[in-house]
Amino acid sequence: MIDALTAALWVVGAAFALLAAVGVLRMPDVFTRMQASTKASTLGLGCLLIGAGLQFGDFSSWVRLASIGAFILLTTPVAAHVTARAAYLADVPLWPGTVLDERRQPVSPQGAAPEAEAAAVQDDPSSGGPP
Amino acid sequence: MLDLAMQFTLVTLGAALLIAVARLVKGPTLPDRIVAMDLIGVLAVGMIVVLAASTGVQATLDAAIVIALVGFVGTVAYATYVERGHPE
Repeated sequence: MIDALTAALWVVGAAFALLAAVGVLRMPDVFTRMQASTKASTLGLGCLLIGAGLQFGDFSSWVRLASIGAFILLTTPVAAHVTARAAYLADVPLWPGTVLDERRQPVSPQGAAPEAEAAAVQDDPSSGGPP
Repeated sequence: MLDLAMQFTLVTLGAALLIAVARLVKGPTLPDRIVAMDLIGVLAVGMIVVLAASTGVQATLDAAIVIALVGFVGTVAYATYVERGHPE
């Protein structure tokens, strides 16, 4: 019974990891690739860790596996945030089909409300265009 | 049945690792390579955990903890490098 559960969890985790890798290879953009790679570290690694804990079964292994899982779950959002911020500030090109870029400066009249755009222009007249 | 599942898991994780290495080699920008390297670290942790559980050697789990730690620090360091390299 425990063996069957472990096998099922491992197969599911490996499938999620493979899907995440294929997503990282096939997605068109840094940010979409990052979104795909998150699945490997949460769902895939979580299933693998729970399966390994069932297979070991003793307390010290559960503690170590839980510490790995907690560390990955805590640090993955931080790493993704730092990487995305660095990629945006380094002007990595966005996918042409991107529909919303909230950090971009408003340059076109349909991009922002008129008074907001006027205030932005009044605040910083030297910023002529998008970065 | 568990042996079969273990082999399937390891082969699938190895294929995922190769695909991530392809993105690491191909990646047009440095953040792409950072994302691929982060994914490679996570996949290595998964492979080590599966190997430790299937061989029963518990001390291997410590290596997985170390790889998780070093992967996070490396990702943050690379991101800081990218952000400083383009100060505008």
